[in-house]
Amino acid sequence: MLQLEGLTVSYGAVQAVRGLDLSVAKGEFVALLGPNGAGKSSTIGAITGLVPSKGRVILDGKDITRLPTEARIVRGLTACPEGRHVFANLTVAENLRLGAATRSDKAGVAADIDRYCTLFPVLGERIAQAAGTLSGGEQQMLAISRALMSRPRMLLLDEPSLGLAPMIVARIFDFIGSLKADGLTVLVVEQNAAQALRFADRAYVLGTGQLRYSGTAAELAGSDLMSMYLGA
Amino acid sequence: MEYFVQQFVNALAFGSEYALVALGLAVVFSIMGLVNFAHGEVIASACYCVFLAVAVGLSQPWLAILLALAAAGAASVLLERVAFRPVRNAPTTTGLLTAFGVSIILQNLFQLLISPRPQAVPVLNGLNATWHVGGFTVSSLQVMEFLAAALSIGALVLFLNRSTLGIAMRAAARDFSTVRLMGIRANRVIAMAFAISGVLAGVAAVFILARRGSVSPDMGFGLVMKAFVACVIGGFGSLSGAAVGGMLLGFIEVGLLVALPQEHGGLKEALTYVIVIAILVYRPEGLLGSRQELGDKEI
Repeated sequence: MLQLEGLTVSYGAVQAVRGLDLSVAKGEFVALLGPNGAGKSSTIGAITGLVPSKGRVILDGKDITRLPTEARIVRGLTACPEGRHVFANLTVAENLRLGAATRSDKAGVAADIDRYCTLFPVLGERIAQAAGTLSGGEQQMLAISRALMSRPRMLLLDEPSLGLAPMIVARIFDFIGSLKADGLTVLVVEQNAAQALRFADRAYVLGTGQLRYSGTAAELAGSDLMSMYLGA
Repeated sequence: MEYFVQQFVNALAFGSEYALVALGLAVVFSIMGLVNFAHGEVIASACYCVFLAVAVGLSQPWLAILLALAAAGAASVLLERVAFRPVRNAPTTTGLLTAFGVSIILQNLFQLLISPRPQAVPVLNGLNATWHVGGFTVSSLQVMEFLAAALSIGALVLFLNRSTLGIAMRAAARDFSTVRLMGIRANRVIAMAFAISGVLAGVAAVFILARRGSVSPDMGFGLVMKAFVACVIGGFGSLSGAAVGGMLLGFIEVGLLVALPQEHGGLKEALTYVIVIAILVYRPEGLLGSRQELGDKEI
């Protein structure tokens, strides 16, 4: 479904990602792991188009490298950015509504808002409250729900566990894992390798912008890369 | 008593005009971080359009009003497309210089193509009448200007809170990149900001034309400076701040006009800025501005 060919991301003279090749098949759950500064978020940024890159980004066999971010979202991609980035000045309901901005079926959008409010009751309780007043975990629930409101075919998740309590992290990953059953393709970037590997089919490990390892999650869990790169 | 009522309505009218123009600046600034000093020339463009239409036979005031609104909206969107889009990702100072450049070019074009001198546009003079309301004599234009500003601001609030594009604009003021991640086209949000800004300038242009009865190349520039000050008082980037700042500036100016003895009337401008500086010493971020106003742009 998604292929990256020779992806390179540079910030001035610094190369954050160097010639990365990566692929995610339809319905697959892939983890992109690595320590801080490995180039994981830059990779996500390049896939969404928010970060300029060289190389090719291919979605469903079509080269989308030159498409602006908005056009990539319309093609079924969605992303939940690092640091959640909920619109703090908007209500929970408005955040969810913006997530569905590419859709025109009003009834379907309303039904989906209800669905996420049932899945995460706290969102329902605070539907008219400014999103900035939610706790970190609640904001993460909102950010993921907002990303899913577009009914995407592929979800990019950037550090969903960042700054959250272990219990909340487990709950959020349980939810992300359940998305696989719905047929959603997921690429998750994580420093918390143990959580990401609970559900991942395959994993890539990045180190200083280069691919250090790729293979099944089970193989990675048994390798010494876990301790070398991921401190687990 | 009558004098005070008249001056109160006078202050409301001035404040409304500043608020309309300040809101136009703030809508664009909140989304793009651009202080559009060419906004005054959007007002002038609308007025010159009406002037040209009158020259070829337009005589209906309501048509002139519609034309002013449409011309201002179109001029503003056109400026974004031609002048500001190419420098969208450039540093803020580039945008600022571009805005000044556009402003000077347009003023010179008006001078070269039409005339450096004021040109009479009497088509809206009929709006300026004297009304007797509950024993008081007030200017119809001033009452209508306040009502039009209130209506425009009300419509803007509805749009920003009810429509998806309006909600996206509020979100974009804080975090433009994430708005694009929602699949909302950046160009659409920015074009809409300029269109709204332009139409607000058009509303102001109608009342300026009706009051002055003439157009001149530099007619908008001084007003935009005032609107800029109104934005600073209210808190730059805050829409409610722009409206409140504009209204407050109107009241400060008219208040000083009333309070100062006639022989010291010339001090009005200087004292206005003394008050503005005093407000900014007390609240450097403006009355309704806050550090959070910058949101994620701070990072």
